[in-house]
Amino acid sequence: MDKDLAFVAVLFSSSGRKLIITASNGPPKGGDASPVGEADRLHGRRGMAQEPYDAIVIGAGHNGLTNACYLARAGLSVLVLERNEYIGGAAVSRELHPGWTYTNCSYVCSLLRPEIIRDLELPKYGLQVIPYGGGATLMRNGESFSYYSDHDATRREIARHSKADADAYERYGVDVMRQCRFIRPLLLRTAPDPTSWKPRDLMELLFIGKRFWDLGEREMCETIRFWTMSIAEFLDQYFESDVVKAHLAGSGIIGTALGPYSPGTAYILLHHYMGEVDGSIGSWGFSRGGMGAITRALGDSLKAHGGEILSASPVERLLIENGRALGVVLENGDEYRAKIVVSGMDVKRTFLETVDPADLPEEFLKQVKRFKIRGSSGKLNIALDGLPIFPQLPEDSSIQYGEKHFSESMEEIERAYDDWKAGTWSRWPYIDMLVPSQFDPTVAPPGKHMMTAFIQYAPPYLKNGEPWDGPNRDAFAKTVIDQIATFSPNFKDLIVHAEVRTPWDLENEVGLTEGNIFQGELTFDQLLFNRPIPGYAQYRTPISGLYLCSSSTHPGGGVMAAPGANAAREILIDLGARRSLREMTR
Amino acid sequence: MSARHDAIVIGAGHNGLVAATTLAKAGRKVLVLEARDDPGGAATTEEIAPGFRVPALAHLLIRLDPTVEQEMALESHGLRYAQRDLSSVALDPEGRHLVIDEKGLDGLGGRAIEARDREAHRRLCERLRGYAGALKPFLSRTPPRLGSSRWADNANLMRLGWAIRRQGREQMREFLRIVLLNVADLVEDEIEDPLLQAAIALDAVLGGHAGPRSPNTVLTLLHRLAGEGDGLPAARALPVGGMGAVTEAMVRAFRSAGGELRCGAPVSRLRVDTDHVTGVVLSDGSEIEARSVLTSTNPKHAFLDLLGAEHLDAGFALRVTQIRMKGATGKLNIALRAAPEFKGLPPERLRDRLLIAPSIDDMEAAFNPTKYGELPETPPLEVTVPTIADPSLAPEGAHVLSAVVQYAPYDLKVGWAASTETFKERLLNLLESYAPGLKGNIVEARFLSPKDIEARLGTAGGHWHHGELIVDQMLMLRPLYGAAQYDTPVAGYYLCGAGTHPGGDVTGTAGRNAARRVLELEKRP
Repeated sequence: MDKDLAFVAVLFSSSGRKLIITASNGPPKGGDASPVGEADRLHGRRGMAQEPYDAIVIGAGHNGLTNACYLARAGLSVLVLERNEYIGGAAVSRELHPGWTYTNCSYVCSLLRPEIIRDLELPKYGLQVIPYGGGATLMRNGESFSYYSDHDATRREIARHSKADADAYERYGVDVMRQCRFIRPLLLRTAPDPTSWKPRDLMELLFIGKRFWDLGEREMCETIRFWTMSIAEFLDQYFESDVVKAHLAGSGIIGTALGPYSPGTAYILLHHYMGEVDGSIGSWGFSRGGMGAITRALGDSLKAHGGEILSASPVERLLIENGRALGVVLENGDEYRAKIVVSGMDVKRTFLETVDPADLPEEFLKQVKRFKIRGSSGKLNIALDGLPIFPQLPEDSSIQYGEKHFSESMEEIERAYDDWKAGTWSRWPYIDMLVPSQFDPTVAPPGKHMMTAFIQYAPPYLKNGEPWDGPNRDAFAKTVIDQIATFSPNFKDLIVHAEVRTPWDLENEVGLTEGNIFQGELTFDQLLFNRPIPGYAQYRTPISGLYLCSSSTHPGGGVMAAPGANAAREILIDLGARRSLREMTR
Repeated sequence: MSARHDAIVIGAGHNGLVAATTLAKAGRKVLVLEARDDPGGAATTEEIAPGFRVPALAHLLIRLDPTVEQEMALESHGLRYAQRDLSSVALDPEGRHLVIDEKGLDGLGGRAIEARDREAHRRLCERLRGYAGALKPFLSRTPPRLGSSRWADNANLMRLGWAIRRQGREQMREFLRIVLLNVADLVEDEIEDPLLQAAIALDAVLGGHAGPRSPNTVLTLLHRLAGEGDGLPAARALPVGGMGAVTEAMVRAFRSAGGELRCGAPVSRLRVDTDHVTGVVLSDGSEIEARSVLTSTNPKHAFLDLLGAEHLDAGFALRVTQIRMKGATGKLNIALRAAPEFKGLPPERLRDRLLIAPSIDDMEAAFNPTKYGELPETPPLEVTVPTIADPSLAPEGAHVLSAVVQYAPYDLKVGWAASTETFKERLLNLLESYAPGLKGNIVEARFLSPKDIEARLGTAGGHWHHGELIVDQMLMLRPLYGAAQYDTPVAGYYLCGAGTHPGGDVTGTAGRNAARRVLELEKRP
């Protein structure tokens, strides 16, 4: 076995057939999973000591690439440096087992801003999003709750559990949509600094203030409450049925290190509701070919506008002189210089690992150190020999194609969180499970299927300093597989290959500190003008010429690409203030 | 039908009495109606064994509003302090305790305190007090109404914005960062000593349904610090004669202002004429007429029982039912034959506030079962021995011990009837582990669960603050929008209890604010 495989385990399914579970930590085995090949490396014309680039972007994830695309389209010469052999960051799809395409980090698409899709002409470069419908929570007593994309169908289903809840669902829908409408326009705007007297900040504060004031007393108060409440309390205002609440609560906790009873989680609900697929707000979809297709389209869009991507080029440190970023040094010693450097890494990685502390103000460094990035989730990606059956769901129903959950009460999810607090993965985790191959035949061989299971909660550090690598990862995988198998009798027998991703794996391979999918907790102390650091929330940093464009910045995580686009706007404003960078250098 | 009053105040707890006295002093004819046989509400002294008098519920004056104290001339009405400025002692299971007071930190029993922690603690306190000071003036004002076209509301909002802004750029940034943070993150970022971390965190969660890792708990801490007693932020005091002495002095102040107090007179409902209140109906069926009615009872009771949902629009009534007010705090009162001896604690330190909360993780572990209606193994405690400063509360040489038990869920799954004794035993064992021999000296021990508190005070949920004191139920959202300015949708009906801004603790501020609001809205005919 290749030693690059950080973890290889052999489990036995109920039929006694051997199955191999691997967590890949190295280059993919075979196939054309790496979209950036030698040609792209050769494409890199300017090496060290040559003419500097206008901009270097570190990290070819969706935010880094989006940022680079905007800069390239504005006429800048841009180089994107990616440490892995393939591009994509956390929006990536690779063939980890022959014939199956693993979308092994982010797995569904909705938040990607339509403005960005339009600006960067992503459909032209191959992006196609296929909406999927609804989901279901399966209960251990054989019952289930289904959530359809059809409003009336969902209403009828809720009524099956509680008549009062069916009525409340109307109120709920209106209220959540109102919150979505309030926040959506803010996503592609830079958060104003409330301590600043600059006209731009004041105007922006006025803009937000006016929008807020226009809501009227009732909605203003409801908005404040919504932003500060827990998802459990928020749902309690509408629903009485445990399973209905548990189904809806999932969106309030995915990706965060908070439980459904923690205040502030109602807002996180929006992070999963404010997206859209083809104008249908709140819908989710698969991008054809896996999430990697998004970054592939971004990469192609970039290259078509003169941008360059260099993969397998991990950055060791930034070149900084007199408080100004001049370029980067790669781990192999190569130097690349540029007028500006944009970091797609999270704020901790950027400042604690690639910048000399002496170049940073002490207070800033302190704030970076206390930035909260808390991994809370893991993933299982499973290649299947056929379609797993869930007998308790109606056959032939569209719900067979939706996401599946197995947490039937709020208390169950909160207890899963308590396990996380105690430094262990949840005994009965919250699982968001999908089989994308039902919609997208390109990700598995004919007749076979690909399953993706998002698992919460899993701590980045296990108690007593136990390592993730090894038996703990196996045990974690077993917990999840057993839970799914409780509801699907043929599931275990279908497993051909499984990739297990613990927070530790996400950190080591994808570069997500502590395996946090949002590159920083989404709590108020790290949102809006506080994200990532108060006073540095406008994508600029204490080092001139160094910008941030990662999910660590406003408006935060999810495959939204808004941070990348917003950072590009700020960069171009800075450059525009001095007319054009090009003109200056010529 | 008796003679018409200007105002009737329901409930003779501290807020009801403060509201009533404020109105009486303004020349209004005021009647206070108390359901129980004695006034005092949550601030009473009670005899649990012959000669042993304990603070039934509240056991410390954390921040009686100095304006209230002055306006009601409580001192001339007999309020004396047995002790002021109690230090806090964070108890260590091994006897190496930590003393926290105005002067800073001090270790007992050979506890070493890192110079870094000392400095960090000083700076953190300074910072928090700065913010608390900025917020303080807003405690004694009617919360602004959002979206209002009234100048006063908007001016008040702008003042709030300015109070935050004028602290300077760095301070404002830090304030906006921490204001909705959880207290555990705040202290863990700055301080290393787990005992000190827990002691600060305990002040943030005491009385509420939140753990130290629950977001928004820093604001609760700031809110508590914003109170002021004797010029010192958050100074704690013990009155002579126990907490009941506070409300007794208030009753005297009220009577001397010409007010009338009637105990044993439970109000069953309000008299409402179409859209305004005309008086109250007592449970014996008699009616009393009044121009306005103030109630210091909790908002759910005030709207759903006294007024009746039929007088409210459906949305408002629904929101009343959604006010979160499930108590998570119990009370343990013990009569002791001799002074308790805590391991490693010098006897003179018994007069201080003793905290049992070894670490934030322990506190969080105690909070976890509370969420599911289960009992914690080792709940954090806030312990006082009031007889050290005021020996009159117990027979010669004997003592009483009073402990606030943080985390005792209202909705206990197995029911309190089956668990009160077990839980009490668990608490006594916990105390015994810190003060060996204590159990042998017990004359009487009583535990009050949130259910008992509910029965006693008529506070639905048994919540000390008449409603969870957390950001979505604070300021203009307390107890709910549409009634956050003390007046309600029904003319002549006002709230004046802890369920309104600025919330609980024995301060009297809510009562005073409410009375001033009545005086503002109801000019003399």
